[in-house]
Amino acid sequence: MIKPGATPTSLDSPAPLDRQSTTKRRAGARRFIPPAMAVALVFVIWQGVYLSGWRPPYVLPAPLEVVERLIEMLGQEKFWLSLSITMGRAGIGFAVAVAVGTAVGLSVAHSRLLRSAIGSLITGMQTMPSIAWFPFAILIFGLGEQAILFVIVLGAAPSIANGLISGIDEIPRNLLRNAKSMAARGASLYWHIVLPAALPGYVAGLKQGWSFAWRSLMAGELLVIIASRPSLGASLQYSREFSDTPGLMAIMLVILIVGMAVDQVFTRITAGLLHRRGLGAARS
Amino acid sequence: MTSSPAIQQGVENVQGGLGISVKSVSKYYGRGSQREQVLENLDLDVAAEKFVCLLGRSGCGKSTLLNLVAGLDNPSQGSISTGGRKVGVMFQEDNLFPWLTVGGNIELALKLSHVPRPERAARVADLLETVRLPGLEKLRPHEISGGMRQRVALAKTLAQECSVLLMDEPFGALDAFTREAMHDEIERIWAERRLTILFVTHDAREAVRLADRVIVMATSPGRIDTEIDITFDRPRRSDSAESAGLATELSNHIRRPLR
Repeated sequence: MIKPGATPTSLDSPAPLDRQSTTKRRAGARRFIPPAMAVALVFVIWQGVYLSGWRPPYVLPAPLEVVERLIEMLGQEKFWLSLSITMGRAGIGFAVAVAVGTAVGLSVAHSRLLRSAIGSLITGMQTMPSIAWFPFAILIFGLGEQAILFVIVLGAAPSIANGLISGIDEIPRNLLRNAKSMAARGASLYWHIVLPAALPGYVAGLKQGWSFAWRSLMAGELLVIIASRPSLGASLQYSREFSDTPGLMAIMLVILIVGMAVDQVFTRITAGLLHRRGLGAARS
Repeated sequence: MTSSPAIQQGVENVQGGLGISVKSVSKYYGRGSQREQVLENLDLDVAAEKFVCLLGRSGCGKSTLLNLVAGLDNPSQGSISTGGRKVGVMFQEDNLFPWLTVGGNIELALKLSHVPRPERAARVADLLETVRLPGLEKLRPHEISGGMRQRVALAKTLAQECSVLLMDEPFGALDAFTREAMHDEIERIWAERRLTILFVTHDAREAVRLADRVIVMATSPGRIDTEIDITFDRPRRSDSAESAGLATELSNHIRRPLR
């Protein structure tokens, strides 16, 4: 016999949300263990190779030496100046690439004519190594900031455009049909429905664009050395010329860490986006 | 819309008390010998404030007809009119935008219907009350059950203040218990708001449960087979003898060999 007054909470209640926040807290501290262990493993292998004498110590220094050098650099004003100039170029270059890539992506997604005209060209440019652009860029702009900016934009913008295009293309047709039945048209349809729906694809394009931008920038800074403007790339070049291997490797570590840090930002943004839409890997 | 005589007639009919008027509508794809005739010369009238079901098996063109009435597609021939009344549509799935909360989804519907910002929060709460889901504003679509999602979708459609509601198998993806509960809900809301509803289904029991009139469609090409008025008292129950009997009769009628 079913007792009257028994409230059927399970039939109609939403998922208990408190469960999610405790798993989040626990994961917070433990999240760093796997990557930390990976780094430790790399150091151990590196130390092993050093000790084996495979290459002389002035070519392949010990990991500790490099770390010491890195800490020393962090106290030097020149290092921070180089870093800020490099980051400035990265920021401006990426910003311009986002502007160009987004504009192109929106136009191509929206216009069948443009799509057939330059759609494959965009993908072609994505596969072209940025370094191949430099001779051309240097011819046009000379050995200056503009040449570097030019190559960053050409390297990153295609990925951003493509990310936006596939984000828009992959919107389920039912979603658009629903939007239209709500009398959403034109600009309003785009702003309220198309762009939010395309956001995960767009952010994926931004993430890829960033890595291309960073790579193009490093290639550029090695090739285009401006005397008055120290940079990470220039420091790399100088370290090689003076056979300062610990310095060289310390700067490579910095380049790696910066690239990864910004990439992590995009990863987090994507994870947040997907989680809010009920997509992506479950957190548990 | 150009004012052909057919459409003029349609408008007059609708203003005279018809909720939806479909006149000599055909829909086909392709040309010449390749032509696929989805709908053939359909005439259909739904009186204002009536609940009409389009019943038929898959492929009979009932969803196509609904899309035409909704204005999401154009007929190849003929005219359709809703007399200037605002039309809301509800589908079987993908009714909610996953990047918005429940409240956000309904608020967007209000925004697109030009409801001023200060009024929106109160209206969202009000609509959630109507579909018996108070307080769920902050949840996201993936955090609620299928039945709750369809109720939110209904709230979203009602937010547009339409007097005509088109529904394309909205409860098809729900389990039997939830579907029955939804039948009660839609019947109540229909009566309260004096809506005109055109409801597409392949389930004869659902049609008998809900409709004032059932229009049975045939396949290939889609056309109207029969129309039956249902005069059982409301609120109805699916398990009454007369309902069950009529439902079985209708089911047998449409359960003819696939063509």
